[in-house]
Amino acid sequence: MRKYKYQIPRRITQIATLFLFFSGNAYGWQVLRGNLSSAKVLGTIPLSDPFAMLQSYAAGTAIAADALTGALIILVFYTLLGGRVFCGWVCPVNMVSDLANKIRTTFNLDITWKSWNIKRGVRYWIIALSVVLSAILGVAAFEWISPIGALHRGIIYGFGFGWAFVLIVFLFDLIAVKNGFCGHVCPLGGFYSLIGHFGFLRIGYDHDKCTTCMKCIEICPEEQVLHMVGIQSGAVRSGECINCGRCIEVCDDNAVKFSNIYSKEYL
Amino acid sequence: MPERREFLMKTVRGLGLAAAGGLAWSGFIEEGRSAPLILRPPGAVPEKDFLASCIKCGMCVEACPYDALDLARPGDGKPIGTPYYTPRTNPCYMCKDIPCVPACPTGSLDKTLVSDKDESGELRLNINLAQMGLAVIDRETCIAYAGIQCDACYRACPFIDKAITVDYTRNIRTGKHAMRAPVVHSKACTGCGLCEKACVTRKASIFILPREIAMGESSERYIKGWDERDEERMKDVTEKVTTETPRSSKDPIDYLNREDF
Repeated sequence: MRKYKYQIPRRITQIATLFLFFSGNAYGWQVLRGNLSSAKVLGTIPLSDPFAMLQSYAAGTAIAADALTGALIILVFYTLLGGRVFCGWVCPVNMVSDLANKIRTTFNLDITWKSWNIKRGVRYWIIALSVVLSAILGVAAFEWISPIGALHRGIIYGFGFGWAFVLIVFLFDLIAVKNGFCGHVCPLGGFYSLIGHFGFLRIGYDHDKCTTCMKCIEICPEEQVLHMVGIQSGAVRSGECINCGRCIEVCDDNAVKFSNIYSKEYL
Repeated sequence: MPERREFLMKTVRGLGLAAAGGLAWSGFIEEGRSAPLILRPPGAVPEKDFLASCIKCGMCVEACPYDALDLARPGDGKPIGTPYYTPRTNPCYMCKDIPCVPACPTGSLDKTLVSDKDESGELRLNINLAQMGLAVIDRETCIAYAGIQCDACYRACPFIDKAITVDYTRNIRTGKHAMRAPVVHSKACTGCGLCEKACVTRKASIFILPREIAMGESSERYIKGWDERDEERMKDVTEKVTTETPRSSKDPIDYLNREDF
């Protein structure tokens, strides 16, 4: 069970979020209505995707009060929490990406289908491109092609041809680039990386306990954030860590754990 | 110098890739948004602003008690994720409280466009102000125009005798029957589409089009003198404008005095 200590709760939050959205539309439940772009909790608290609002603003919209409040709530929440909790615990594409990864490892595809070499920084360029295109075209550009949107809207309102967007992500991750979409391309992931630098909930690493088995680096979808492993104790500072906790699950030495980086240990 | 050159070349490559990707991306968006026939929920801001502000959250879709609204799916040929309705299958039932409009978090559905002032001067929602589209009649397939006594659209219209009236005329072909032809009036029609749903022909002979598509526009200088309100259109005309054509540039008197006249 320890092996799935975080994986099970992550799947629960991911699926529960989708299910509550689905039920909001299908059965009229008030718990969570809308979708991951914008939602209302219990019919009162607004939530909005801050990256979508940024694009909308670039497209020339005066952001309405409801949407702005919702975007600020999300922004503050994930900034305080730290890391890309959205990507690891909420976004449904994480499940697609994890499935592709699972197949890659099970069939040892890392060797036969060696990952293409794409830089992890591509996502930041795509953020810039999203904003520029939004300004030029007058629409929220990434929202138009987002496989995340295609997936959650597909589940809540019906897929149409949207399954293709999701399949593209799956195949890209499976055949072309390991963690290709979530770890390299996705501008929403990039956006949360940028704001995820400052939060308190981060992975802490204890060099004294570590036996340098490197299992954590092997399993990590953003292995560059664990650069300190085998070198010195410390916490993950990069916002690119998705706080999925898989490094904790695979560690047999209790050398990694969720920690508060503002506690004495890490200051 | 080679380092600087390398840096420059890398930058150029990056920009080139961004341009290529950006163009493909823009192409996809441009194709997807050229859907001039899409019908938006009541209170929708003009299409250009709508596309910029709609966040594709589906709150209006969920708020609709008749499930009339749908979010466009990839492959529908409509701007992905934006709400629309299809009158033939599921028209707008024009709820008095317009639940879809206040549900919108971004103002893409704007309350002020479907509100007027009540007796105390306060804004209240009024669905009758909605301008979702305009009913258009194909007189060649409409059976009422062929002389059959059908008034399905007229009876279905929530603005009976305002948005749709019936013209009673003599049926010249038979010489002994009346024609009862439905006529749509753009001033009252909201485009709800109840008429389109009710139409009995195989493919609806009365159907909703966006108002920009369905309506023409005459210049400010063509005023119906018998319609007081029509003169309002002239209020912005300030300067004298004459249209010059090759023929009008010459004085008509010259023309009359020409030898070959």
